[in-house]
Formats: sequence, C-alpha cells, structure tokens
Amino acid sequence: MSARMNVRRREFLGGLLGAGGLLLGARLVGPAVLLAKEGEDEGATFEPNLWVAIDTTGAVSIVAHRSEMGTGIRTALPMALADELGADWEQVTIVQADGDARYGSQNTDGSRSVRRFLPVVREAGAAARLMLIRAAAAEWGVAAEDCLARDHAVHHPATGRSLGFGALAAAAAKLPVPASDELELRPREEWRYIGRGVPLADQEAIVRGAATYGIDFRLPGMRHAVIARSPVLGGRPKEVDDAAAREVAGVLDVVTLEPFQAPHAFQALGGVAVIATSTWAALEGRRRLKIEWEPGPHGSYDTDAEREALTQAAQASGRVVRRRGEVDTALKTAHTHVSATYRTPLLAHASMEPPCAVAVVKDGTCEAWAPTQNPQAAQAQLAQDLGLDPTKVTVHVTLLGGGFGRKSKPDFVVEAAKLSQARGGEPVQVLWTREDDLRHDYYHAPAAVHLEGGLDAQGKPVAWLQRSAFPTIGSTFAAGAKAGNALELGLGFVDLPFAVPHLRAENGEAENHVRIGWLRSVCHIFHAFATSSFADELAHAAGRDPLEFLLELIGEPRHVDLAAEGVEGYPNHGEPLDRYPIDTGRLRRVTELAANKIGWGRELPKGRGLGIASHRSFLSYVATAVEVEVSKDGQLTIPTVHVVADCGLILHPDRVVAQFEGAAVFGASLARTGQITAKQGAVEQSNFHDYPVARMSDAPREIHVHLVENDAPPAGAGEPGVPPFAPALCNAIFAAAGKRIRDLPLAGQDLSWD
Amino acid sequence: MKLRVNGREVELKGVDPATPLLWVLRDHVGLTGPKFGCGMALCGACTVHLSGQAMRSCVLPVAAVGDQEVTTIEGLSAEGDHPCQRAWCEGNVAQCGYCQPGQIMSAAALLARTPQPSDAQIDAAMSGNLCRCGTYPRIRRAIHRAAELRQEEGR
Repeated sequence: MSARMNVRRREFLGGLLGAGGLLLGARLVGPAVLLAKEGEDEGATFEPNLWVAIDTTGAVSIVAHRSEMGTGIRTALPMALADELGADWEQVTIVQADGDARYGSQNTDGSRSVRRFLPVVREAGAAARLMLIRAAAAEWGVAAEDCLARDHAVHHPATGRSLGFGALAAAAAKLPVPASDELELRPREEWRYIGRGVPLADQEAIVRGAATYGIDFRLPGMRHAVIARSPVLGGRPKEVDDAAAREVAGVLDVVTLEPFQAPHAFQALGGVAVIATSTWAALEGRRRLKIEWEPGPHGSYDTDAEREALTQAAQASGRVVRRRGEVDTALKTAHTHVSATYRTPLLAHASMEPPCAVAVVKDGTCEAWAPTQNPQAAQAQLAQDLGLDPTKVTVHVTLLGGGFGRKSKPDFVVEAAKLSQARGGEPVQVLWTREDDLRHDYYHAPAAVHLEGGLDAQGKPVAWLQRSAFPTIGSTFAAGAKAGNALELGLGFVDLPFAVPHLRAENGEAENHVRIGWLRSVCHIFHAFATSSFADELAHAAGRDPLEFLLELIGEPRHVDLAAEGVEGYPNHGEPLDRYPIDTGRLRRVTELAANKIGWGRELPKGRGLGIASHRSFLSYVATAVEVEVSKDGQLTIPTVHVVADCGLILHPDRVVAQFEGAAVFGASLARTGQITAKQGAVEQSNFHDYPVARMSDAPREIHVHLVENDAPPAGAGEPGVPPFAPALCNAIFAAAGKRIRDLPLAGQDLSWD
Repeated sequence: MKLRVNGREVELKGVDPATPLLWVLRDHVGLTGPKFGCGMALCGACTVHLSGQAMRSCVLPVAAVGDQEVTTIEGLSAEGDHPCQRAWCEGNVAQCGYCQPGQIMSAAALLARTPQPSDAQIDAAMSGNLCRCGTYPRIRRAIHRAAELRQEEGR
C-alpha cells in the first residue's frame, strides 16, 4: 500500500493512523493518500464511497467535499452521513476534500449541494453502518437483521450486547462493501441530526482567530505577490518602468504575466507582478511601478452608454422565448395599459476575503491551496495553462471568507501557479487587494427589463409582456455572444409563474465589455426586481390591494407547463420537472404566510409602508415582506423583514435561517448602494467608500425567517433569499412615500414626500 | 524593533517602520487572526486592541505602536472563553466567519467601556465592521448576551 501523506493531514487526522481501522474508500482525500492500516486490500473500494473512515478508537472522519463559504455545508452533509451511520457527532472529525473527480461535482454554486449529494452521503453512511452491523453479528453469532446501530455502537437488543464502532472497525474493514441495493436508509423517525442540526464545525476556531482561510495559508519560504492589471479588460502593458519598484527592500522580482487569449473564460488576466518577501513590500513595490497601458478593444466601454443601449434593446422587439395567447391584441384592447422599464447596474461580489491563492509548481507538478468554490475547475485550468498532466495537479480547499460566486472562477489560482513557476518552484501567495477585487471582478450583469401589462375594466390582469436585455455570461466563454442563453433566461424570466391569459417573453441582445460572472442568485436578481415590482405597479393601477392582486396573478395551485408555451430547453436548475415542478400552490402559500406574519393590511401612517414579493428560484419558494420607514426628507430605514421560505427537506435549520437572514442584508446592500460604473473601459470604484455595502446601522434591523416544513425534495437555500428582497423593499417604499423605484440602486434617488 | 503582543515581547528584524501593524502581525509575528479586507480602515476586519482600545491595524504604522500592549483575537482570552466568544458560539453568529475576529474585538472593546450598551450604542460602535454574510442581527443579539454573561461573571 502507498502511504504518501500530506503533513497537515497527518496532524489533523492523527488518530487515524492505527492498524486495523475501517476506511471506506481506499483513497480518502485524493492524491494525498491516507490509508488507515496495513494489509488493506486496495481493490475493495466501493465507488463512490470515499466518504468515511473509522479507526480502532472509534474516531470517525467524514469528508466534506463541497466548499465552505458560510452556508454551513461543511457541517450539514457530514452531519447527514453521521446520522445515517449512527455515529455520535462528538466523535466526528471533518476532513475537507481536495479537488477529486471521484466526488462528483465539487462546484459549490447553484444552491445544489444538498439536493445533489444528500442521497450519496446517506448511502455512504448506510454502507458503513451495514458493515459494522455485519461485523458485530458475526462476532456474536446472531443475525444482522436483529442488530441496530445507534450512539456510536452496534446493539443486539435481544441479548443486551453492544460493541462500539472502534471495537468493530478492524473486523468491518475486512468485509466486502455492500452494494447499493442491500442498503436501507433510516426512516425519518430515526433521524437524530437531520432536521435538527449539530454544533457548527468551525465556530470555535473562528471566534479564536484559528480558522485558516485562503489568505492565512502559509508555507515555509513563501513569497508574497500582488499584480498590477490592465484597468481595461484585454489591455496590455505598453511600457513598464520597474526600477523604483525593484529598489523597495524585500522586493525580489518584477514579472510580466502574459495576457489571456480571448475569450477569457477562467484564464488569468495577465499583468505585471511584484514578488516580495512580505505582503507590504509587494504592495509598496507595486505602488512604485510606472506602467503605460494599451487599452485594447474595450477601451471605450461606458456604463452610462450601456444602460441606454440596454434600455433601447429592452424596449424594442426581441427574440420570443415564451408565448401564451395573443399579447399584442390583448394589450391594445385592455381597459388600462401600464408600461415600465426597470434597470439594474453591474454589481461586484465584494466577499470579505478577496481572491488569493498559494501555489508551488515544480518537478512537473502543481500543488495549490485556495479559497476556491470549484477545486476541479482550478485543477483543469492549472493543467491547461501550465501544460501539466492533470493527474499532477493537486488543489486543496481552504475555508472561504465569502464567495458569492466570485471564487468559482480559478483565474486567481492560476496567477499564483504562474508566479511560482517564474520563481523556480518557490511557494508564492498572490493577494488581491480590495481595489483589485472591485476593479477586476467577474461582475453581475447589468440589465434592462421592459414590461407592459393590460388590465380589464374590473382591474383583472389580462396581458403581460416582458422583455429583458443583459450582456450574457456566454460572452465569458465565446467572443461576440450577445443573446441571453437558456440557462440565464431560466433564472426567473421564462418561468414566470403568473396566471395571465395572454403572456409573451422576449430577449434582447447586448454587447459586453467586462468579465461577467455568477453572483448570488444571478439573473434572478433583475428578473425578480422587474416582475415583482411590476406586479405591484399593476395592482396600484387597478386600485387593488397588492397582496390580493399578487395572489390572483399567481393563480390557482397548479404545475406550470412551460413547454406548452414554446419554452425550449428550460433547465429547471438542473433538475427534472417531474421531481421539481413549478408549483404555484407552494408560491401562494409562502406569500400568504409572509403577509400574515408582517401583519399585512394594518393601518400605517404616511411615511411607513409594507411591500411584498414572492419568487421561485433554485427550486425553493420564498416570499419576503418588508416594512419601511421613509422620513419626510427621504431617509430610509428598514425596521422589519419577514421571510417565508419553502426549501423542501432541510438538514440544518439554523444554517438555512442564517442564509435567509444574510440574503436579506445582501439584498439590502445591492438595492441601496450596489453599483459598479465604468468610463473609458475602466471601472471607477475601488473600495468600500465608493462601493458601499450594508452596515449594521443601515441593514434591516429585525429579520424574521420562517421555514415551511414539508417532505418535498431538498431545494436551494443559499441564493433564493436574494431575489425577492429588492422588489419587496421598493414596493414598501411606494406604499410609504409614493415613490416608484424602477432603477437600482436607491442611492441618489429622492424619496422625500409631503 | 520590539513589540508587546498578546502578553509576549516580540523582536522584529528588518521590518519597515511604515509597515501597517496588520501586516507585521500577519507576515512577521505569525498571527493571522486579524484579517485584511480593505486596507483603508473601512471594513474593520483588521481590528485589534492597542492598550485596550479598538484600532484598525491596517492603517496603523508599526512605528506608532511603541511599547503599548497589542491584543489580537488570539490573545483576547487564554481559553477562547471571553464572554463575546462564548456568546458568539451560543448564537451561531458566524457564517463564513472571516469578519468575526474584527467584530469580536470591536464588541469586546465596546463592552469594556459600556457594559450594558443600548442598540444605538451597539450600532455606533459596530458600524465600522462590515459583514457581507449579513450576520448583523445575530451580532447585536450576541453583544447583549455577552453583556449579560459579563455581568453574571463580573468580567
């Protein structure tokens, strides 16, 4: 057996190195192999069972294969496995997986960790359980069916005998790993942790300052680097004067990194790197670089002009992506016709930990440590860009100080690797400053969404036309891509669940001049802002209560059939519609509950108002009700938010509540102040003074989250809280102050009233 | 150059005196508890105590520290059981946790001078600390809880 061990893992999993422990899966954590004992038959691997190891002391190690950026997934999935196994959580240690194809997708985005992997980890737990039971049954000479596993031991109730997992581990390891069809998953009544929760894996380390994020990772002899990058996408350094930079004490070298080849995808941007013995020396060195940049093809990019172009595209006819009835006729003959264009800007992720990575490239191998949401994409990009055999690339995943989608792109990991290569294999850490992060993000796309609605004489909605235009994320992967793709239009646009007799959805084209990426809930942000605000506009135009009108729009409980309306290739967040239909009954329910919780309909003086919005995203149904206070001179405060979330089966309720609390604050940030602008190709913002985000003093004060309990299949929790917040907030502002908000952010808009 | 950090004397060799204390702590003293978030004292992730006062270490040149006592999150308590740390764990405050060392240092300094802070005092003391995960309501509750714990234990 081979036993190459990563030093850090040996320290972390010290107890696992005894002879005779049970290791499910010959390689626990990828190429950095840790095998528990001698004499193990490496052929006995139960793919995909790479998940759990038990040593002879009873210590259980469970692999977390998805990245931890605050959702608690590093606790929740291992917790589910432990529950299925019958382990005592106090005796469980969590091991973070490296990038390894055998874990399936480790791309931690799209709010899909639980729905994709709950069955997998439960199977792993059930397999281990069965092996332990069979070992005990053999020891006692009894039938396995008469034994059960609970509280970290196997019990034979008929004779009152028990054996702890530690005592059974060696014998269990010798047994054949059971096949899938031999496994029985625990029924709900036996769940001890699923649906309740356990203490969080890293909470203690965090409050002691002992948690290791990407930025904290250190290796002996590690160098520090910062990179000067072209202010304009695709620009290159025309002239570089690095004399003063090289004179800074501690600066070792100044290295030019080749720019990417368009389309950029996940390639490093390129630029001029300063490598030093300390972070400060590198920063001081970079400050002294004199660089003249050639802007390249995007040098005239201007976000004001872009907003105009998007508005025009949204207001002109576009490509039809969904059709029901005859919208044009219905609008023409409607008693009331309402028209509105909603616009949202570029947004930056601005996670508290900026992008950073450490890499060592030598002897034909690459080893990297990074706060990455997608270690497998990092492996692939590193192999490609360094010309390495992919089996020689190892990516270790640290904790992430926030991600929101930025850290699923591995460009910053490639930078560290290229610089290590330039330094002959020395470990190099690349750090992005806040300025780097805000100026060179993969931004959330700006958008314009145009809507036209028709009401009959009784104020019933009869027609709904919607058209959205935004630079497509397709442009990240293919030059010249201009139309929204099926994935993007499937994020809150083509799947509008409203029961209006005549409906049409169209998409307009847009050019792109920055890197566009996924930002927490992605296109749902502008689609929900527009459609949920417009629902409120129509309600007021009809002279009707917005809640009552919204419920009529949602209509009777039913499953929406998009294919019947010409929608092609609706991705449904990667899940089959028969398992995760568009269920308007669930949307109605969360809407009614949220309205009830906030006390919809109570009398409020002018200057105070309630707003509501509900939205299906990532297969979850969320309604957000907001109470605002707008002072006469237009100061906005948000005293109360109620969120009702139907996410199907929930593993760790506290973490799901936390996600919806946080999403309300995230939504408040983007609604109030989120805006990236560019002039002459270059982003104008640089730090938190000109890209403000919510602070304790202006964030929503009381955020109440109500989780709907049901047995529906698990759906997303990380992102669905974001889309309904901005429209609910703006609908509340209209109720309070009579000001209709069609452009975000709120900053700079006059909310005063008299 | 000598510094007093978390009750120990640390000798620094070859460190530019203009280096912000944050980078001295992280790169030269080996304490990565204080975090980098902005470099401009706008986010509070770098908060440490200087003679018990909360300071943004990212804009404090190490030369200005002198012989004052520097306390980082690692030195806030010997056993990780400062009332703020316990209240944070009780309330499951952290999500990603990156900002929390700075939050806790600001909160601890607040409670040291204002043992029973009002919500308005909490806002004023804590609004320099950003959290992109949105844990503000839990931070506020944890500070009230920590105040309770301090009172119960006379800390």
